[in-house]
Amino acid sequence: MQKGKKYALMLGAIPFVMLVFALPLVNRINPVIFGLPFILFWILVWVMLTPLILFFAYRLEKKYGSDEGEEE
Amino acid sequence: MNAALVIILAVIVISAIVGIIAGRKLKMNLENWTVGGRRFGVVIIWLLMAGEIYTTFTFLGASGWAYSKGAPAFYILVYGALAYTLSFFILPELWKIGKKYGLHTQPDYFIKRYNSRLLGVLVALIGVFSIIPYLQLQLAGLGLIVEVASNGTIRSAYAIGIAFILTCAFVFTSGIRGAAWVAIIKDVLMIAAVFIVGFGVPSIYFGGVGKMFDILIEKMPGHLTFPGATTHMDSLWVISTILLTALGFYMWPHVFGSAFSAKSAKVIKRNAIIMPFYQIPILLIFMVGFTALLVLPGLENGDMAFLSLVNKTYPSWFMGFVGAAGAVTAMVPAAILVLFASTLISKNVYQSGINPNASEDTVMRLSRFMVLIIMIFSLLFAIFLPNELVNLLILGYDGVCQFFPGVVLGLFWKRVTKQGVLAGILAGTGFVVFLILSRNDPFLGMNAGFVGLLINMAVTTTVSFITEPVSRKV
Repeated sequence: MQKGKKYALMLGAIPFVMLVFALPLVNRINPVIFGLPFILFWILVWVMLTPLILFFAYRLEKKYGSDEGEEE
Repeated sequence: MNAALVIILAVIVISAIVGIIAGRKLKMNLENWTVGGRRFGVVIIWLLMAGEIYTTFTFLGASGWAYSKGAPAFYILVYGALAYTLSFFILPELWKIGKKYGLHTQPDYFIKRYNSRLLGVLVALIGVFSIIPYLQLQLAGLGLIVEVASNGTIRSAYAIGIAFILTCAFVFTSGIRGAAWVAIIKDVLMIAAVFIVGFGVPSIYFGGVGKMFDILIEKMPGHLTFPGATTHMDSLWVISTILLTALGFYMWPHVFGSAFSAKSAKVIKRNAIIMPFYQIPILLIFMVGFTALLVLPGLENGDMAFLSLVNKTYPSWFMGFVGAAGAVTAMVPAAILVLFASTLISKNVYQSGINPNASEDTVMRLSRFMVLIIMIFSLLFAIFLPNELVNLLILGYDGVCQFFPGVVLGLFWKRVTKQGVLAGILAGTGFVVFLILSRNDPFLGMNAGFVGLLINMAVTTTVSFITEPVSRKV
């Protein structure tokens, strides 16, 4: 597999780890942060970080010369 | 005539006119009707997909679950972000194949990749059976919203009837492009309504979101962690439901098909990056549900939480605005759903399965006719068999997620065979139906659909190893 694609896939795994497999560990109300119960705060943070993560994945694929460049 | 009524009627009529104008200069063939001539850029694809994702379920179901079930509702906030992450990797590859072979629908992909018309017909049928409850959900939700918002002056059945005629009109004339244009109106209204109410009600009753949560935590601490107010929706259920819905999301025939309407693979990739921002309104909708729980406890139907609270808090013209937003929010997904369901029947059940020699003209005419038939079916279901909203949607997900192994393995694994995919879909679907009918959902704490998907994956892989792959590479 190409280097760029591999890095992109590794980045893409992060939201799944944080928003699926980590959930039983953060299933709690305290500490309350910015008024939100901890579980909801945790979910919100990772949902908001997902576009950033995907953006980096996009840049990495480009940097390592993925084939996506030719299509436009 | 009151102000609310005028606002609701004006908005849905204007929306329909915009939808009809959208297709004015186009010659309607299948390519324009289903995939908009494959010319959509980042903005229009974003609007279209957002149009599909934000349905009446967002208004009623998400607030209803926050109200009656509590923390398990959070799955709704999560799965979208994961679905978009998956789409970043999957949809561009799919788009390339769609472009190369001129595919319009999901069964088209199965037929091309596995060289099997039987598989195409099966996928089309499961797709249509999954779409109908989803469509019914939109119509039932619309009726409910308009009836409450107009303070009972427009009866639910009439509201559904009017919306039905208008939606059919712009689907007939403009196809997917009509839906995309109306989605612009819908998104603006819906987001405005959600922001105003989502920030508004916690502030009005408690002086802020934080204070509302303080009171909720004090009064009902168990409500805000899994399993919330339920007994069977613990962490494992939430995890399996998130995975099921995240994997199943782009397997909906209409969402899958919309990917083909992008003008390049790059457009889809960029779209996947910005999509998760669209999840924020869901958080605000939860706030409305939680506030309703404190202000209006004991509602018989949780799905009414959003509307009841708005009704209690705001003047009637604002209720009209919410009703209008809710009505268009039902019409856009309904248009897209019925468009793809009818194309599945005409192109993939009729043409692929029954009469391969049918001309494109015939298929197009049949598609338009099927729009009417499918809408009437869903209309009758919606009027006579209204049900709890989220349950219906989860049932549809159980069906469409069974396509996941066939689609994704088909893209990335050369060894997968049509026998494998066929056996997997049948085993997975059969098992889910069995679990649901025998009242074993959830099964071992997991969502039954997810269990079906695991079985499907295992069967697909095993059978693929013992059968010969198709020689033609796609």
